[in-house]
Amino acid sequence: MADIIDMPKLSDTMTVGTLVKWNVKEGDTLAFGDILCEVETDKATMEVQNTIPGVLLKTYAAAGAQLPVGAPIAAIGKKGEAAPDPAAKKAPAAKAEAPAKAEKAKPAAGVPAIPESTGVSCAPQALASGDRVAASPYAKRMAAKAGVNVAALSGTGPGGRVVANDVLAAASSTPAAPAGPVNVAVTPPADGKGIQPDADVAVSGMRQTIARRLLESKVTVPHFYLETEVDAAPLLALRETLNKRLAEAAGKDAKDALKLSVNDFILKASAEALRRVPAVNASWAGTSIRTHGAVHLAFGVALEDGLVTPVVRDAQAKSLREVALDAKALIAKARSKKLTPAEMSGSTFTVTNLGMYGVTGFFGIINVPNAAILSVGATVAKPVVDAQGRIVVGQRMVIGLSGDHRVVDGANGAQFLQALKQLLEEPALMML
Amino acid sequence: MAKPIALTHPESLKRPPGPSAFAKDPVNAALTKADKVKLYTQMARIRHFEQRCIRTYQQGKIGGFLHLYVGQEAIAAGTLSVLGKDDHLITGYRDHGHALMVGMDMNSCMAELQGKVTGCSKGKGGSMHYFAPDKNYWGGHGIVGGQAPLGAGIAYALKYKGLKGCCLAYMGDGAVNQGAVHEAYNLAALWDIPVIFVIENNGYSMGTSQERSSAHPGSLAQRAEGYGMDWDLVNGHDLYEVRAKTAAAVKRAHEKSRPTILEIFTYRYFGHSMADPDKTYRDKDEIKDYRENKDPIKLWEKTLLDEGVLDAATIASVNEAAMDEADKAAAFADESPYPEVSDITKDIYWEEDNRGPATNSRGTIIFGD
Amino acid sequence: MPVLSYREAIRAALREELRRDENVVVMGEEVAQFNGAYKVTEGLLKEFGPKRVVDTPISEAGFIGVGIGASMLGIRPVMELMFWSFSYVAFDQIVNNAGNIRYMSGGLINCPIVIRGPANGGTNVGATHSHTPEAILASHPGIKVVCPATPYDAKGLMKAAIRDNDPVYVMENTILYNDKGEVPDEDYVIPLGVADVKREGTDLTIVAHGRAVITSLKAAEILERDHGVSVEVVDLRSIRPLDEETVLASVRKTHRVLLVEENKPFCGVDAQLAYLIQAKAFDDLDAPIGRVSSIDAPQIYSKPLEDIQIPNPDRVVEGALKVLA
Repeated sequence: MADIIDMPKLSDTMTVGTLVKWNVKEGDTLAFGDILCEVETDKATMEVQNTIPGVLLKTYAAAGAQLPVGAPIAAIGKKGEAAPDPAAKKAPAAKAEAPAKAEKAKPAAGVPAIPESTGVSCAPQALASGDRVAASPYAKRMAAKAGVNVAALSGTGPGGRVVANDVLAAASSTPAAPAGPVNVAVTPPADGKGIQPDADVAVSGMRQTIARRLLESKVTVPHFYLETEVDAAPLLALRETLNKRLAEAAGKDAKDALKLSVNDFILKASAEALRRVPAVNASWAGTSIRTHGAVHLAFGVALEDGLVTPVVRDAQAKSLREVALDAKALIAKARSKKLTPAEMSGSTFTVTNLGMYGVTGFFGIINVPNAAILSVGATVAKPVVDAQGRIVVGQRMVIGLSGDHRVVDGANGAQFLQALKQLLEEPALMML
Repeated sequence: MAKPIALTHPESLKRPPGPSAFAKDPVNAALTKADKVKLYTQMARIRHFEQRCIRTYQQGKIGGFLHLYVGQEAIAAGTLSVLGKDDHLITGYRDHGHALMVGMDMNSCMAELQGKVTGCSKGKGGSMHYFAPDKNYWGGHGIVGGQAPLGAGIAYALKYKGLKGCCLAYMGDGAVNQGAVHEAYNLAALWDIPVIFVIENNGYSMGTSQERSSAHPGSLAQRAEGYGMDWDLVNGHDLYEVRAKTAAAVKRAHEKSRPTILEIFTYRYFGHSMADPDKTYRDKDEIKDYRENKDPIKLWEKTLLDEGVLDAATIASVNEAAMDEADKAAAFADESPYPEVSDITKDIYWEEDNRGPATNSRGTIIFGD
Repeated sequence: MPVLSYREAIRAALREELRRDENVVVMGEEVAQFNGAYKVTEGLLKEFGPKRVVDTPISEAGFIGVGIGASMLGIRPVMELMFWSFSYVAFDQIVNNAGNIRYMSGGLINCPIVIRGPANGGTNVGATHSHTPEAILASHPGIKVVCPATPYDAKGLMKAAIRDNDPVYVMENTILYNDKGEVPDEDYVIPLGVADVKREGTDLTIVAHGRAVITSLKAAEILERDHGVSVEVVDLRSIRPLDEETVLASVRKTHRVLLVEENKPFCGVDAQLAYLIQAKAFDDLDAPIGRVSSIDAPQIYSKPLEDIQIPNPDRVVEGALKVLA
C-alpha cells in the first residue's frame, strides 16, 4: 500500500514549510536517501531525503506552496499503484493525542492538580481603595474572632496599620459581641413545660441581613445621641382637621379616603428639616464625605419576622399628600412581601417610630450609609409649663437622633433637631 | 594566522578500502562465523533504527533534538564487542548506536524518543539521555564533553573496588576542546585510571570543520602526549581495525591501569542534528563518496561475503528483520501512553522515591505554588 | 560532653564515616598531605591512607566529575571545595550531571556524592572567593543543600549527608570553623530537612541559616536587653529539603518575621521563605515580612565595609525593630 509523505518537521521549532522545489517527478523510482524536494523552514532551506524506497506516485503540492507540518506532499508506492486520496489520510497523530492524554492524567497525591482555569481565586476584592482598612492579616483574623471592628480602630502600626495589639486593647476595653455561634448553657424549664420549646431556630435571610448590617453599623459607626421633646398638640390638631376634610371630600368613598398618619407628618417634616440642615443628608465614604442632593427617606416597617426599611424617593420635592401615598403603598408592599430590593435601598436618612407601642423615647441604630436616624416616640399627655409659666396638659413627643460622628457633629445634629422641632410644632411651615 | 597542521590519518585510511590488515589480530581471529554475522546484524539494526527515526521525527512525533549515528555504526559495534563484564561505557548525545549495541531494546529506545512512559528513561530523558546501568551503559549525556570526567570516575570506581575493568568514554571531535575533557585526561593519566577516551571523529563539530576548531600536533589523539598517555588512530570504517585497536587499549587498561585516547575516524551521513541544513559546511560529493566507498556496513558486508560468511539471502533477511523491528518499535512507541502528570515529580531524589524508616530525609523537597 | 570546634566536628563526622563505610572517599585540593587548606581533614591521611583520602590537582570540573562518575557505581565520595566559589568552574558537573542524572535516567541511577566546603564572605578576600551559592544550587530539583551553623549540627548533618543516596552539598563557613560547642562522641545523624529552634521567643521570629543564625542569636540578645523584645530564632539547617512546618509554627506563634541570610537579596533563600510564609500563614502576620541580607553588590574587599555588607547584629536589630514597629 502506498505511503503518504507529509510536509516534514525539519527542525525543533518548525511549524510551516515552503516547498521550494521538487527534485523528483512523478513516476521516478526512489531509493532511501534520495532528495525529494527542498523545503524552506524557519531556520534554513533544507533538503528532504526520502525514507521510503519505491515509486513516486503523485505530488500533492506544487513548488512555492506553503504548508503546515504534517500536510501531505507526495505519495510513494509500488509501480502502477494508484495514488491514494490525501484527504482520506488520518490527521497528523501525536500532536492531537498528547494534550488529551495529559488532561486525563490524574494527579497523584502530593502533586498539585493543574487547575481548570485560574483567575477566580486571584480576582481582586471589590474594595475601593478608599474603603480599605489598613490592618494586618493577623489583626483582622483576631478582630473577627473577638467581634472587634478593625475599621473603628486607629492603628498604632506603621502608616496607621491596625495590628494585633490594637485589637487586643479594643477587645479588652469593650465587651466583645460574639460573632460566631455561642454555646449557652441554659437549664431547661423545671416543670418541663416553659413558655416555648428549647430550640435552635434557623435564621431567615432577612434576619441574617439585619444582623449583619446592624452589627456592622453598631461596631463601625461612632454613634452619638441627641434628644428633644416636641409639643405635638398643633400637629395632632392639624392632622385631625386634614383627615376630616379628606374624608368629607371623598364623600361616600370615605372609607377609601387618604388618612394621614403622624408618621407621614414626621416624614414630610424630616425631609424639610434636611433641606434646611443638609449636612445631615450625607454619607461617610472612607476618605471623603458624600453629600446628597436628594432626600430619600427610609422608614422602618415592622413585620412578623423582622423589619424592613422601604424608601420614599425624592421626599424633598413631594407634598405631604404625595409622601403619605408613597409611604402607604410601600407599607402595603412590605406586609405582602412584595418590596423590590430597589425599593429598600439608596436611602439618605431613616425614620423609625415606636410610638404606637407606647415607647416614649429611644435611639435607633444608624442605617448605614446614612449619617443619622430619627427615632420617634409616643405622644404622651403630661404636665408642662406653658409660655406664661402655668402648668398645663401638654401633648409631648420625644424625638431622638442617632448621628454618625464621622459625618455629623453634635451642633449639626442639634440644628437638625431644632429645625424638625419647629416644623412639627408649627406644621403649617411644611406647606411652604 | 598560522596554517593549521594537517591531520594525520590512520595508515589504512590513506589507501583505498581493501582487505583489513587487522583481520588476523587475535581478537578478530577468535570470532566465529556467528559472531561475525551478529556484528553485521547489530550494525544493520542501528542503521535501520536511525533511519526509521527520521520518519518519526518528520511526522512531528519526536521533539527536540535528534542526532543520528548513521555512518558511524562500526565504532559502537567494534569497540563494544571487545568488552567484558566489568567494562563500562559512557557517551555524549549521539548515543543510540551504543544503546542498541549493549542490548537495549528498540521499543524502549523508540518510545523514549516520543516521550512515552515505556521509554528507557520513562520519557524523562529523550534522545540524548539513554541509560542502562544494568548493561554497564551510563548514558547518554547532553553537554559536550561533560561526560569525560564521569567516565574517568566510573573507571576510578572500578579500580577502587579492585575490579579488572575499564570505562570507554566516548566523545565527538567537537568535545576535545572542552576544559572538562582536558581535566579528565590529566586526572586519568595522573591517577592511572583505566579509562579509554574514544574520540569519534566525524570531521565536524556541528557545522565547524575540524581544521577550523582544533589546534593539534598532528591529530586530536596525539594531545595525549601532553599528558604522557598512550594514543592511537583508528579507521572507523574497518570493523576489524576498530576491534583490534580497542582491544589493545582495553588490555592496557586492565593490565596496567593506564588510560588511552583512541581517535576513530568516521563520518556521519546526516546533519549534526535533524535541524541541521547540512549544506553550508560540506560538499555533497564528500557525503556521496563516504556512502558509496567507505560505508562501514557495506565494507563489512563485502568482507563477510569474501570470507564466505554471509550470502545474499542472509543479507536480505537481516535487513528486512531490522527494518521490521524498527517499524514495530515505532508502532510500539505510537501506541504507548505518555507519562502521567504525577510522574513529573518522581525520580528526582532517591531518598524521596524510597522514603521510609531507613531514610534520613524530612521536610519539603518538591515545592508547589 | 566533649567540646569541639566546628572544624573538629566536621572532621569527627568524616572520620566516623570513613571508618563505618569503606566506600567513603575524601577527595579534594590539599585534603591529604597538606592536612586541608582549612585543616578540616587534618590527620585523615595518616589514619586512612592515600586510597581513602585523596589529593586532587586544582581541577574542580575534573575531580568533581570523577567523584560523580564514581558515585554512580556506589562509591561515596566526599569532595572538598576549598571554597564553594570554586564550584562555578565545575557547574556543569555539579548541576547537569549530579543533579539531573537520576531524573534523566528515569530513576535508574543515583549519585550519593557529598560536596562540602566553606561558602561565606566576611573574610576580606574579595568577590571571587566569597560566594554563597546555596540559593542557586537549591533551585535545582535533584540537589540537596545543607548549611550547618553549630559544631553539633555540622557533625550530625555531615553524617546524614554522607549516608544520603542523593547529591548533598554542604556549605560550611570559615568564620565558624573555630566556634566551639558540645558535640557528642557517639554516632548521631541529624536528618536533612529538620529545622532547629535555636532560641525560643514570643514577639518575633527570625529565620536564618549558616552563620546568619549566630548573628541573629546575638541580635536577639540585644533586642531582649535593650528593647524588651522576645525573639525566637529558627535555624533552617537544611535549605533543600526545607522544614516548612517549623518555620510556619514559629510564625503562628509570634506573628512577626524577620528573615536573615548572608546571601544577596535577589532570588535568595529568603525570597522562597517569604513566599512560603505569606502563602501558608498570611492570616497570622501582624506585619510585613522583614528581611536582612547582604547588601546587593559583589562582595567588597575593604574589611570594615564588608562587615557592614554582611548582616551583622546591628543590622539585624534594626531590621527587627522595623518589623516590630
